[in-house]
Order: sequence, then C-alpha cells, then structure tokens
Amino acid sequence: MHLNRSHQTRRDRSAPRARRNALRLLAGILACMLLSAPGVALAQAAPRPLLNVSYDPTRELYQDINKVFAAQWKQKSGQPIAIQQSHGGSGKQARAVIDGLDADVVTLALAYDIDEIATKAKLLPADWQKRLPHNSSPYTSTIVFLVRKGNPKNIRDWNDLVRPGVSVITPNPKTSGGARWNYLAAWAYAVRQPGGSETKAREFVTQLFRNVPILDSGARGSLTTFAERGVGDVFVSWENEALLAVKELGPRKFEIVAPSLSILAEPPVALVDRNADRKGTRAAAQAYLEFLYTLEVQEIIARNHYRPIDKVVAAKYSKEFPALEMVTIDEAFGGWGKAQATHFADGGVFDQIYTPGRH
Amino acid sequence: MMRAAALDGSLVARVPPTVAHRALPGFGLTMGYTLLCLGLVVLLPLSALFLKTATLTWHQFWQTVTAPRVVASYQLTFGVSLLAATINLFAGTLVVWVLVRYPFPGKRLVDALVDLPFALPTAVAGIALTALYAPTGWIGAPLAELGIKVAFTPLGILVALVFIGLPFVIRTVQPVLQDLDREYEEAAISLGASRWQAIRKVVLPTLAPAIFAGYVLALSRAVGEYGSVIFIAGNMPFVSEITPLLILTKLEQYDYAGATAIAVVMLLISFVLILAINLLQRRQSRRGQ
Repeated sequence: MHLNRSHQTRRDRSAPRARRNALRLLAGILACMLLSAPGVALAQAAPRPLLNVSYDPTRELYQDINKVFAAQWKQKSGQPIAIQQSHGGSGKQARAVIDGLDADVVTLALAYDIDEIATKAKLLPADWQKRLPHNSSPYTSTIVFLVRKGNPKNIRDWNDLVRPGVSVITPNPKTSGGARWNYLAAWAYAVRQPGGSETKAREFVTQLFRNVPILDSGARGSLTTFAERGVGDVFVSWENEALLAVKELGPRKFEIVAPSLSILAEPPVALVDRNADRKGTRAAAQAYLEFLYTLEVQEIIARNHYRPIDKVVAAKYSKEFPALEMVTIDEAFGGWGKAQATHFADGGVFDQIYTPGRH
Repeated sequence: MMRAAALDGSLVARVPPTVAHRALPGFGLTMGYTLLCLGLVVLLPLSALFLKTATLTWHQFWQTVTAPRVVASYQLTFGVSLLAATINLFAGTLVVWVLVRYPFPGKRLVDALVDLPFALPTAVAGIALTALYAPTGWIGAPLAELGIKVAFTPLGILVALVFIGLPFVIRTVQPVLQDLDREYEEAAISLGASRWQAIRKVVLPTLAPAIFAGYVLALSRAVGEYGSVIFIAGNMPFVSEITPLLILTKLEQYDYAGATAIAVVMLLISFVLILAINLLQRRQSRRGQ
C-alpha cells in the first residue's frame, strides 16, 4: 500500500488535499454560521414587514395603533402589511439602529437619540424633526409626581422634593431618557423661581438628588422600587406612566400630583430613510407616521394616557390631562444637544452632583 | 512500514511526522474547527474591544479609567466579588461534602436545586432577591427592624453574587470528591491519623485544585455580573455602583471608546487576579507534596 502511495507524484496528491482542506474550512464556517442562522433566515421572509423601533412604555400604544393601521392599509393598497415592534430603553434602541437594526421608523423618547442616529450613522437627514408637524411629535407627555394615597408628606410642588426627610425616587439620568426629563423639569422650575438663577438651580437639583436613595437604570425599574418595594415618598414620573400605574396598581394606593411647572416632553417619530429605501418600504412607512396624526389615532393616544396633539381630542380628555404650565426643551435649554452636553455628558452638571466632597 | 516511509524523503516533507503518527484520526478537522470558532467567538470581539479603545489618546484613556467614580466602582466590584467567591469557597465545599458523603432523603432534589442559579435568568434572580431583601420583603422587613439594610446597599450586591456563584464551586468540586476513594482516608486513620488529620492531609489536598478552579470561576462570574446586581444594588455613585453599570452608562452616551476602555481595565485586573490565584494555588500544591 505504501509503495503505491510513494509512487504518486506530489501534484496529484496535493490537489485533493487542498480541496479537502477547503472543504474542511467551509464545513467549519458553515457550522459556525448555523449557530447564528435563525436571524438571517427570518430577515429573508417576504413580504417585508415594517419595523417600528420604539422605547419602553409605548408597547401597548403601538399595539393598538398597528392593528388599525394594518386594516386601513390593506383596504387602501390591497396589500397586507405586518408591523413589528421593538421596545427597550430609548438610548439602547437608538444604538441598535446605529449598529444596523433594520428600523423603518423610530419612535423614541427624546430627539437627542434620533439626532445621534442622524449624525453617527447618517441614516436620515439632520433636519428630520422638521419633516412632520409639531416637531415630529404626534403625542406629548409631561413630568408629574406619583405619591402614596393621602399624600402623607404633603408634596405639592418641586420645592417639597428638596425638604429634608422626603425620599425621592427617580431613575438615573445617565441611563434613562425619562429621568433626563425629570431632571430638566426640576432645573427649569428652580430657574423660574423668584431670585432664580443657574447657580440656584444647580444647588436645587443637588439637594434634590441628595434625597434620592436609589438610582434605577430605567423608569420601569424605578416604578417597581416605588410601588412594589415601598421605597420613597414620591416618584417623579412620566405622566403616562403615572396614569397607568394608578390604573393598574390601584387608585387606592397612589395618587398623582401635578407640580406648578413642568416640562413638555415631546417623544418624536421619524422615518429612517436609508433603511426604508433599501427595503422598499418608504411609502408604507411614511403613511404609518402620518397616520399617527389622524383623529382616530389621536383618540387611541389619549386612551393610552399620552397627551394628544389634536385640540378636539385633547379637549375631550381634559379631565385626565390637567392644564399646567410647561416649558419646552428648546426655549429653556436651547435644544437637546446643548442640554445633553451641559448636564448629562461626562463631567457635566449631573456628574458634579456626585463628586466627592459635595455629599 | 513507518521506517520505509521515513526513508522516503519526499513523503516526510509532505506529511509532518506529528500528523502521520497520530493514532486518533480527525485532528485536522477538529483543530481547524476549534481555531476558527475560537477566533470568531472569542478573539474577534476581544480584538475589537482593544481596537476601539485604541482610538483614545493615552491621556484620554487614563482620564477615563482613573476618574474617581470609576475607581470607586473597581473597588466595589472586585472587593465584593472576592468576598462573594470566598464565601462560596467555604459554603460550596461544605455543600459538596454533605451531598457526596451523607445519604439523606431528598438528596437528588437538593442536588438539582444547586443548578438553579445557573438556569435562572439573572434579572429574575435579581428581582426575586430584591423583593425578598427590600425593606418590605420577607427577609428585609425583620432585618430592617434590627437596623440592617440589605437591598440597595453593597451588602445586597454580596447576596446576589453569592447566589449566582455558588454552583460554580459545587459543580467543580463534587465529581472530584465522588471519585476520591474512601480507602485513602481509611488507610490514613488505620495508620494512626485522627479524623481531622485525614481530612486535612488526605482529602483537602486532593480537592484543592478543584476548589481553586471553582473559586476562579465564581470570581470571574461575579466580576462580570450585571443582571442580578443591578436590581438590588441601588446604583448610587461611590456607594453601590458596579463597574459594568458604568460601562453601560458610557454606552448610553454613545461613548463607545470610553466604555471599552473601562472594559479593558476590568479585563486586565481580572487577568492579573486570576493569574495570581493560579500561582498561589500552584505554590500551595507544591508545598503539599
């Protein structure tokens, strides 16, 4: 046998081996790919569904909206359409889109996150927020206080939160979009008090955060800490989350207090042009976003505890959404980019609150 | 036949002796697969980590990884992880001893319970522990009356890390103790050793490598743990903020390079720590011989 082998020339022996080696390599790559295959296979399925990448508390809202939109779209275009939803922390969702998640539309908690998608990944133009009415925000919300039934600590306004002995629950502004609204609302209040200034506001939020015993990373975590764990006297919250909490966890346990001044939270929506064009879904995605401004959807929005843009619908639900003075991020802070850089970037005002020596 | 093959120069040149002489077939395929998968699964992400960090200047890197808040988080993360792994070392070895050496009703059930921290999603573990140890919880409420706060303090982090690390020590030590022949102990005792001497001189030296291996596993797991800790920690800067949370905070601000810089430092500290433990263990076992 070995005689036979040793008489073969180098060439005819090495050719099959090279092929065999190539096959081995191929087998290895295939085996590795098999492990990650399910995602790939799903993405190939036709017809292409719309993917709406959103933030945490909008799960129920978009479930309701998607049902209605799918029915209407089929009637109008004769084609069925499926809409997939993805939810998570607003910043995390934006990062996923930047890293390649195939979102046709993004509906996030703050404009800053969509700005990052525009600047970092160039998936949509920088002036995206001008493309739809009302700063591209089909619904708004604001920041209110959730307190325990009977309001035992008599919390009426922001200045009650800095009183000694009041324990305040809010998530960490570094990791939570909602918490950034909380922080900015407190700041805006302090600036607008008689004799208020930037320095005064800084002292005010420093004192406020000294009353915060736990910094959860997201709004839902904080709600759990406040509602289930019984920690804290007041939870600074999105209005829609507070209304939902009272509805779900019982009006006998909590009540909502609206402060004298708050901030107008505008969670914006945007078409992700490059993704939609690549997938050929632009028409449907654009129609989906415009659909959010129709009377029908404004009604759904109000029922899900977000403040509708439409005046008629807003009037109808005025009992649930009391009128209160609200500043906007643009007039009080010069837009998200500036607010982020001044307050929440590393070494910014919020970090200085937690610099040793200031405790 | 081998000799003939060796004499044939061309054949030797083509087939390296190590491959030609291997008794077990399939070396090329399995080794190729191993290297490819290791490369794709481990080396590629790791090198991406270092590449991303390299976009920082030395000054920026140093500023990021030595910021007071970051340093405080290293101390917390590694301090509590070492403590938790040490508790697991003793508690785990004890559990193994009971599980292997004593027959008792429900033993299989207890044995299965050990794997629970492996199987449970860590977030679920974190939420369950927080519910138990919070001031309103079953354990937290009586402790609160004694003035002890567990949830939302570093003590809470310790509880979570002990929970997730326990099975590592148990599952590495258990098979070794099972395989340990009791005749060695009996021989030692019949030669005049006391029960304690038999354990100290015969059983423990045999178990030591496994115990240390379990210790290192529990430690590495604790250092990187995020899911279970985040719910129970309270996450207060300088008090109960773990390093993985700071990494996430950096990501939340789209500061990828800052995040990977802290991760690289964590990796280096872990590496040095594990290396030191291994050296210590080797010296210990050499002295034992």
